[in-house]
Amino acid sequence: MFKVFFAEWRKLRRPTLFFGTFAAALFFTGLITSFIYLMIDSPSGNSDRGRRVGREVLNLASGSVHGFASIGGLLGIIVLCVFAAQTAQEYTYGTLRNLLVRQPRRLVLLMGKYAAMKTFALLLTLISAGVSIAISIYLSDRAKVSTALWFTSAGWSAIAHTLLNVYISIVFYAVIGIALGILLKSPISAISIALVWILILENLIGAVKPVTLKWMPGNQFSTIAQGGSPGGSLDISYSHALTLGSGYVIAALLLSSFIFAKRDVAN
Amino acid sequence: MSTLAIEVTGLTKRYDNLTAVAGATFSVPRGAICGFVGPNGAGKTTTIRMLLGLIAPTSGSANVLGQSIADPEKYLAFVGALIEGPAFYPALTGAENLRVLATLGGFPTQRVEELITQVGLAGRGNDKYKTYSLGMKQRLGIAAALLPNPALLILDEPTNGLDPEGIQEVRDLLKKLASEGTTVFVSSHLLSEIEIISEHIVMLRKGEVVFAGPIEELLMNQKPTIIVRTENPNDLEKIATIATAEGHKVSIRGGEAHIEGPHDWAAILNKKAFEAGITLAQLTPTLPNLEETFFEMTGGK
Repeated sequence: MFKVFFAEWRKLRRPTLFFGTFAAALFFTGLITSFIYLMIDSPSGNSDRGRRVGREVLNLASGSVHGFASIGGLLGIIVLCVFAAQTAQEYTYGTLRNLLVRQPRRLVLLMGKYAAMKTFALLLTLISAGVSIAISIYLSDRAKVSTALWFTSAGWSAIAHTLLNVYISIVFYAVIGIALGILLKSPISAISIALVWILILENLIGAVKPVTLKWMPGNQFSTIAQGGSPGGSLDISYSHALTLGSGYVIAALLLSSFIFAKRDVAN
Repeated sequence: MSTLAIEVTGLTKRYDNLTAVAGATFSVPRGAICGFVGPNGAGKTTTIRMLLGLIAPTSGSANVLGQSIADPEKYLAFVGALIEGPAFYPALTGAENLRVLATLGGFPTQRVEELITQVGLAGRGNDKYKTYSLGMKQRLGIAAALLPNPALLILDEPTNGLDPEGIQEVRDLLKKLASEGTTVFVSSHLLSEIEIISEHIVMLRKGEVVFAGPIEELLMNQKPTIIVRTENPNDLEKIATIATAEGHKVSIRGGEAHIEGPHDWAAILNKKAFEAGITLAQLTPTLPNLEETFFEMTGGK
């Protein structure tokens, strides 16, 4: 599996993909984190879906990673797109047949791909967290937010928990991306179906019938990143999101692994 | 160790109502260059994919380097393959594409530079694959197939897109590899190419093997022909009369008489022509070439 892992990284580290993905992730990290501080007194809210995050929240020990937690879902969607494309392209380019000739144990190949994805996601999580925390510190004075509790033991614990939650969320999104890439064998189909579902359909259905959000995969993954529902009309607990989200991911893993192992490679 | 590099028995692949390969049975001896020919859609690529473990056969069995195709991990480390044209990552350089495969297969990445030079891509290895011409892509595909220093090389249309010089290079490379003990199983639609480089041939038609064995044996089984030209073209009719009287089939075309008959009858014909006062300008015993044989056997033009 190590050979697959290192071979995958040769593809992942190509500058356009690596720096392109990280640039997009860091752009949104910076934008959303800055918004929270720069728009702190805005009556129209400073967080997603018009929510207000006030000084009383940012002054807490968890304040340093509040911005980072809010962008976890978005980072997950970026990684989903990257890995859906990477996986589906193996079919469209026909490169999967080369890989399978060199590594005929299909599940080993797939596990190696997952391992590479997890390290990519970890790197993205750590760098985005660093940038988000740095921006939070930089803008805290201007927004009159106290950082006194941010680096206490409670603060470090909050950072660790948020890092873990965002990482889990990103990996969950990526697993769905890989599964869609395998199932659909087309980058455009895999990415567009994922984006339409997560960004449009879940929100539309949720707006009409809010209780459905409790069961939507994208909503579970974002809730995990934020350590539980951050408020709003529907309260989703962290454990509910983690359990249900894990269920979706395990189902996607099993289905995609079965298809990847059994399907003829005829293109 | 089996003396056969490939041994296929009753291999069949069905897709719903379509039978792509129907009970194919053939073998390829170790160290041989074996041509794999057939019209488009005959099932060549499907057979190759089954040999490489990429698609599962509906029925039948096959061994590659003595191992069953049910366990491709047991033999693929010793097999190099170029399947249905080259396929690489467009945004990676040629060399990096090879390094991906070398890393995956556990082969030394130092071999990449050596192979890039060997296939004539020196100086272009660090260019992105998407900038390559068709011929360069084909060369990179051959380099990828050579990565494992293979005991068996399976190449699907390796000369596609190559210029005459490139074709000659591939031909020389395959002969060199075979002389070093590598078995080469090569599919091509260029029958003249196969005839030049191969000793063995497997011929497919509509998924069925119509011949498998040494090319010499295939051609020897075809009807030999004697081609005759006369100094006076009007004498061709007299030659036809002589041959027909002896029970041979004759056709006159392009100023030549083509007489079906054993090669040793040429001497008899020469004598009879002399006795009839006919001066022969040409008397050539020939065997049908592979292309003619192929069309006859596969029902082509």
